[in-house]
Amino acid sequence: MIKVYGLHKYFGKNHVLRGIDLEVAKGSVVCIIGPSGSGKSTLLRCMNLLETPNEGQVLIDGVDITAAGHNIDELRAEAGMVFQRFNLFPHMTVLDNITLAPMKVRKVSQAEAEKQAHEVLRRVGLEEKAPAYPKQLSGGQQQRVAIARALAMKPKLFLFDEPTSALDPELVGEVLDVMKGMALEGTTMVVVTHEMQFAKEVADRVIFMDGGVIMEEGPPELIFSQPQNDRTKAFLDRVL
Amino acid sequence: MDFSLLLKHYDLLLTGAKLTVVMTVGAITLGVILGTLLGLMRIARLSILRAVSGVYLQIFRGTPMLLQIAFLYFALPPIFGSGIWKNPFIPDAALAGIVALGLNSGAYIAEIIRSGIQGVDIGQTEAARALGLSHLQTMQLVIMPQAFRRVIPPLCNEFIVLLKDTSLVSAIGAKELMYQARAMGAKYYEYFVFMVGAAIIYFCLTFVLTQISNYIERRLAVSD
Ligand SMILES: Nc1ncnc2c1ncn2[C@@H]1O[C@H](COP(=O)(O)OP(=O)(O)O)[C@@H](O)[C@H]1O
Ligand SMILES: [Mg+2]
Repeated sequence: MIKVYGLHKYFGKNHVLRGIDLEVAKGSVVCIIGPSGSGKSTLLRCMNLLETPNEGQVLIDGVDITAAGHNIDELRAEAGMVFQRFNLFPHMTVLDNITLAPMKVRKVSQAEAEKQAHEVLRRVGLEEKAPAYPKQLSGGQQQRVAIARALAMKPKLFLFDEPTSALDPELVGEVLDVMKGMALEGTTMVVVTHEMQFAKEVADRVIFMDGGVIMEEGPPELIFSQPQNDRTKAFLDRVL
Repeated sequence: MDFSLLLKHYDLLLTGAKLTVVMTVGAITLGVILGTLLGLMRIARLSILRAVSGVYLQIFRGTPMLLQIAFLYFALPPIFGSGIWKNPFIPDAALAGIVALGLNSGAYIAEIIRSGIQGVDIGQTEAARALGLSHLQTMQLVIMPQAFRRVIPPLCNEFIVLLKDTSLVSAIGAKELMYQARAMGAKYYEYFVFMVGAAIIYFCLTFVLTQISNYIERRLAVSD
């Protein structure tokens, strides 16, 4: 599904990604954990070209999206992204937030886009919120709308960047439940998260990043119970 | 203090006020068009555009408005021909004043537009781009509508400043409100009465502008 080869990213002199290789199979869930500043967000953002890598390749279904000559805007729509701070469009209703991209990018008719919007809203349990504005919703509801907005584009994979980190503790569950549902339906997902319990339950593979490299990866049972790398151990001791 | 003079000559003050309003509207129009252009240039990807508008802003914000007015009216005609301000609609001095005020406020409006656009959370751009919208679509559908709400209050403020600054054009002989008040004051040696009269009219005009601004803000707040 998505393959990353030898990815390097610099911000000025700051060498943020130092050679990342990563493969995510279709239908699998990969959770990325690691200390703050280790490059997790930058890696995700390189995977949909919100950041341009300095070196290396990103392949989605065998297409090298970093190669010149592609319509980057169209490729970006192949990877749905959910942000820590939701980033809903405040001047639009929930419905308009969701129908905007299908209509403008996929050229779906308004009637069709609205039908799809109601479907994805039902999937995240917020069908009655279609006419509401984002600020009228709780954080958890906003994040579920953001997920619905990404779903409506029917992307090949989903990138989640700490989707529950900005939420009050009592609202985390409702968002994780939606994500678990997506995982069960066979959605391809890359999730940067601090929710270790979620990673244990849902991830097919867990990746531990530190200092811009992948220090260790494997199935959650192994990473969480028998980490091989000292840094992984130290990190898990701190967060578990 | 003979306030009956106001009743006798209020039509002259109103004629002046009319020119004040005409100049304000003209300068706002020019200022908004120019300011939007310069503001967009300030954040353009092409560095030459950023540089050009940067220099423009430096010049017009770094020199006195009165000098700019006098420069256009007195310094340009010898170079470009004595008739450059001639027009069939308003006095020469008023046109020079409109252009000077418009050029000047364009510089301030550019900064309002720039900060209005840049003040929109970067996350909005990222979310729009991640959904596959192009740069242009993102600007048009996501950033501009939000920037618009943000620039309304400072823009209205700038319009009020502009309205008051039209009084400077009296210095080159445009017969607007300030000019009329001073002329009548000199004629009757009754400055107090005519200055108060002009002040009341200026106040009414800015009051109306403020009310319009508040109304728009309230309307926009509803859906925000
Ligand atoms: N747009 C940017 N400009 C400059 N430096 C950045 C930018 N984004 C991230 N960085 C730097 O890159 C490093 C990794 O950041 P990030 O990928 O956000 O880490 P994480 O998500 O793991 O906390 C940090 O040192 C951060 O300061
Ligand atoms: Mg991060």
